[in-house]
Amino acid sequence: MSELLKINGLTASAEEKELLHGVELTIGEGETHVLMGPNGAGKSTLGSVIMGNPEYKVTDGSILFDGNDITALSADKRAKLGIFLSFQNPIEIPGITLSEFLRNALEQVTGKHLKLWDFKKKLKAAMELLEMDTSYADRDLNVGFSGGEKKKAEILQLLILEPKLAILDETDSGLDVDAVKTVSKGIEEYRSRTNGSLLVITHNTKILEALNVDKTHILAAGTVVAEGSGELVNEVIENGFEKYIVRE
Amino acid sequence: MKEKTQVAEIDRSLYDFRYDENERDFLDSGITPEIISEISDEKNDPEWMREFRQRSLEIYNKTPMVEWGPSIEGLNVDNIVTYIRQKSRMNTDWNDVPDDIKQTFEKLGIPQAERESLAGVGAQYDSELVYHNVRQEVAESGVVYTDLESAMHDERYADLIKSHFMKLVPPTDHKFAALHGAVWSGGSFVYVPKNVHLDIPLQSYFRLNAKGAGQFEHTLIILEEGAYLHFIEGCSAPKYYEAGLHAGCVELFVGKGATLRYSTIENWSKNMYNLNTKRALVQENGRIEWVSGSFGSHVSYLYPMSILNGRGASAEFTGITFAGEGQNLDTGAKIVHNAPDTSSYMNTKSISKSGGTSTFRSAVVVNENAHGSKSSVSCESLMLDRISRSDTVPAMDIRTKHCDIGHEAKIGRISDESVFYLMSRGLSEEEAKAMIVRGFADNVSKELPLEYAMEMNNLIGLEMHGSIG
Repeated sequence: MSELLKINGLTASAEEKELLHGVELTIGEGETHVLMGPNGAGKSTLGSVIMGNPEYKVTDGSILFDGNDITALSADKRAKLGIFLSFQNPIEIPGITLSEFLRNALEQVTGKHLKLWDFKKKLKAAMELLEMDTSYADRDLNVGFSGGEKKKAEILQLLILEPKLAILDETDSGLDVDAVKTVSKGIEEYRSRTNGSLLVITHNTKILEALNVDKTHILAAGTVVAEGSGELVNEVIENGFEKYIVRE
Repeated sequence: MKEKTQVAEIDRSLYDFRYDENERDFLDSGITPEIISEISDEKNDPEWMREFRQRSLEIYNKTPMVEWGPSIEGLNVDNIVTYIRQKSRMNTDWNDVPDDIKQTFEKLGIPQAERESLAGVGAQYDSELVYHNVRQEVAESGVVYTDLESAMHDERYADLIKSHFMKLVPPTDHKFAALHGAVWSGGSFVYVPKNVHLDIPLQSYFRLNAKGAGQFEHTLIILEEGAYLHFIEGCSAPKYYEAGLHAGCVELFVGKGATLRYSTIENWSKNMYNLNTKRALVQENGRIEWVSGSFGSHVSYLYPMSILNGRGASAEFTGITFAGEGQNLDTGAKIVHNAPDTSSYMNTKSISKSGGTSTFRSAVVVNENAHGSKSSVSCESLMLDRISRSDTVPAMDIRTKHCDIGHEAKIGRISDESVFYLMSRGLSEEEAKAMIVRGFADNVSKELPLEYAMEMNNLIGLEMHGSIG
């Protein structure tokens, strides 16, 4: 299987503080990886750095995507290459409807103009799959959405944009049992339809049930401290991160 | 591929073109009773107007310069040619309009706009109306839409004009109102008879062209009982190198149960001083709706005022101001509740970027007799960078306990997080910022007529373009 994402010795900092120290991580095409770690380990930071958040400065190492070095690319260019990040706290954008925004994003990512009718059909189908009220399409992006609706809206974007790699940052946090089910249904649909790769940042197994996890990475204090198969997830859930945390 | 977020790049020069003015007559710069007298001769003013102009000049000379707002030091009023006579007279046939003027208008798309959805076009080129046309149907309904100067000489309207002209905005109001009274030239007169409901909007498009020319157009609109009118005023001016002045005046008389919607989008060139005065007097159950977009000018003072003078009268003000580099735009609105059960709603957005200053200034006055009145003011400001400035100066003068007054103000910066979120979905930084600004302005653009909303979106795209990095 060919490598889609390859992170080499990635060191990154924000406001002069180093947060990631030489992270190594490789994801193959069509693979599902899980990223776990204690709070403050740098999981969200890693997701954000892969997406190209300018808040973080890469001081060493590189990120390769599809064989190209994307370390210096801006977030929009990475999105166009096929990277997607589902935000832990999706941002509210007043005055722009979900539908208007998503159509725009889709045209940017694909570089193609899509007929309004075709887009609406596609959007409606995806919303139904995610059990979202279709009236949300005409509401301002994330504005006044509940925590659950915001997360669903992120997965909706994933389904419409169909990236090659989706990083899901705690998409399951704050969701009730039913909502987690719906969201994982959406993720499964993305997987089966596109054979896209996944990097799932989570503390729970619920969201992973429907997915076949290829690899698990444990991140602690800004470095990958352990790697294993999908089984590692269960072990961590049972025993916690204690053994990965280096005490000085 | 069609770009949706980033509106088509507009060639700024569309707003910057200028034709030679050699054929036109300039009066001497500076303002003396003789010059005012010349204007009166030129316009064949009736006696009362001759006197009015001279009296206004006296008031102007006695009134101190405005000092409470943005600096207008760069403006030398004496050097501004206050009046440029147009060689051509009023035209109602497009074919008779002189070629250079026609080209200017054609660049602005006026005839097309007229053909498509507008009832009449009164376009002001320099100081006089040169093109004016009202569709047959509008005229047949008894609506009068003409230039103020010829209306003044028409015996059917002469008295009406005499009894309303500068009664709402007297020359004693402030220095530039006095200047306006002395040198006013051109502008529109609209009269809508009782219970006439005009479904299509009337539009006037103002332009300044000659170098150093001031523009002092006067708009007088009278709505009789139960009438409805939507009037659209659009302004844009080409760029030139001496400080230009716009000191127009708008007086709106809204009768019992009548509704007037007055929309403006102005994009003066960035060296203009826009010192405009607008005021509406609203009778019982009447309603004034202002929609105001301010994009251009170097300095603006603009606070449309609504006087709610009859029981149940209402006012709504929706405004947006966009101040870029070198601009200090001081805008807002004033509402006077002068009768019981009156209501007002003010909703404004201001944006500042590249060191621009945008100030929102509002005043709500509720007089003792205005019991049962309601007023709500909401203003939001968005600063696009750390060198821009946004101020809010709300004033309230409430003289009765029996009223319901609300005020809400929000000032914020465009957040890096929002920009990153949109960029992570494939939008470039510029597109992301334009989208956020457009979203911020959304509830104002919704109030504008379609082609104006598009023009506003274009202006936002234009202002955002090149603002990155």
